[in-house]
Amino acid sequence: MKGRSITRILASLAMLGLLSACGSIEPWVKPYERDRLADPIMFLDGDPVSSAYLYHVYEAREGARGGEGSAGGGCGCN
Amino acid sequence: MNSRSIGIAVASIILLALTRASTAGVLPEDRSDVLYHLYDGGGVTIDGPSLLVRKQVARNISLVGNYYVDMVTSASIDVVTTASPYTEERKQWSLGMDYLHRNTTLSVGYTSSVESDFDATTYSFSVSQDMFGDLTTLTLSYGLGDDVVGRSDDETFARDNTRQHYGIGLTQILTRNLITTLNVETITDEGFLNNPYRSVRYADPDSPVGYSFEPELYPNTRTSNAVGLRARYFLPYRAAVQTEYRYFTDTWDIQSHTAAISYIHPMDDWTFTVKYRWHDQTGAHFYQDLFSRTEATSFRGRDKELSPLTSQTLKLAASYELLSDGWRFVDRASVTFSIDILNVDYHDFRDLRSDALFGDEPFYALEADIVQLFFSIWY
Repeated sequence: MKGRSITRILASLAMLGLLSACGSIEPWVKPYERDRLADPIMFLDGDPVSSAYLYHVYEAREGARGGEGSAGGGCGCN
Repeated sequence: MNSRSIGIAVASIILLALTRASTAGVLPEDRSDVLYHLYDGGGVTIDGPSLLVRKQVARNISLVGNYYVDMVTSASIDVVTTASPYTEERKQWSLGMDYLHRNTTLSVGYTSSVESDFDATTYSFSVSQDMFGDLTTLTLSYGLGDDVVGRSDDETFARDNTRQHYGIGLTQILTRNLITTLNVETITDEGFLNNPYRSVRYADPDSPVGYSFEPELYPNTRTSNAVGLRARYFLPYRAAVQTEYRYFTDTWDIQSHTAAISYIHPMDDWTFTVKYRWHDQTGAHFYQDLFSRTEATSFRGRDKELSPLTSQTLKLAASYELLSDGWRFVDRASVTFSIDILNVDYHDFRDLRSDALFGDEPFYALEADIVQLFFSIWY
């Protein structure tokens, strides 16, 4: 059990080191090339109040959940 | 993935955030939305308001609040075949805070949902890290939900349900025209998971119609895994197309595939959106439309949402931009109308309102309109 925990910590530290090392990667899309990505039509969740409502509807009407975004609480079953 | 692994991963990300110094990230935009929503279909009408306010209160802190109401009038297929039509109201409050430190955003949230026979409380925490010149955002999230399930006809009835969410999200800018996001989410439930009112149907030779009903009985644990992928692409003539896919599986043997494609087209002050969404799922292992006898299996359910089904949704939305030059403290505003036309075909849930012999009734199908009208301001 102790050995497994040490392995996990070492793996996490290794991942941390890799991510830190990657901090020196040059961004291949420069800040001045992101005008299109800054256009509101490119926002992945441009209207959070609307998408949260729809996630709630789908969670109530289908058996699947998660992986799309957050949803509110409550049942809404019938 | 157990809680210790999650803890180690979260600690790693926080450590990573504190050990790196780079350009600052950004908090979400200050905005408010007032939304009216209406769901109408299958004998069910649900409508009400939703109000969202987000405001930056310090250089690196943003607060968000949401008030949401569902007013339900239900005479659904479940209700008309096994119970009585009812009206119900659900109110939900949410509060959240985002704290930005360099390229790291820490978020906490609290949600409370109250209705006469169901209370839900959710606490959430997430940490996001922008990396590689802000081309990549990695988010780890955790949520804890406590539900209390009651019965409107029995004040002494109260059952608990504990729900935990574990999420990992990765948003990646791939080119100057393409952004993608990957979400992996595991949700575990433990407690009273069935609806206290719903019944299953079983063959009963002593009944004049050939069948009778008895209460559902679900397993008291459920673990689900979902993987979602989205990509949005900027088209050469200033429009956008988005594709989505999600794979879902759980310990109740439900598997599903969900796919969607959207097209977003701005035109002067207008923005039009068309979206088609398709969802297909298998049924839970304890689901049956008609059990062979009473207490035929250890667990039993006849919830149509747990049955094999295919749903399709067509969305049409139009948004009009107002005050693009600003007005007093308002930078801009918009008004949006959308309708989602939902069709669900159930492959093993029969319509008991039919006069056909039991077991030969036609499969049920649902059609619903989901309407939203909302006004948004940015300041």
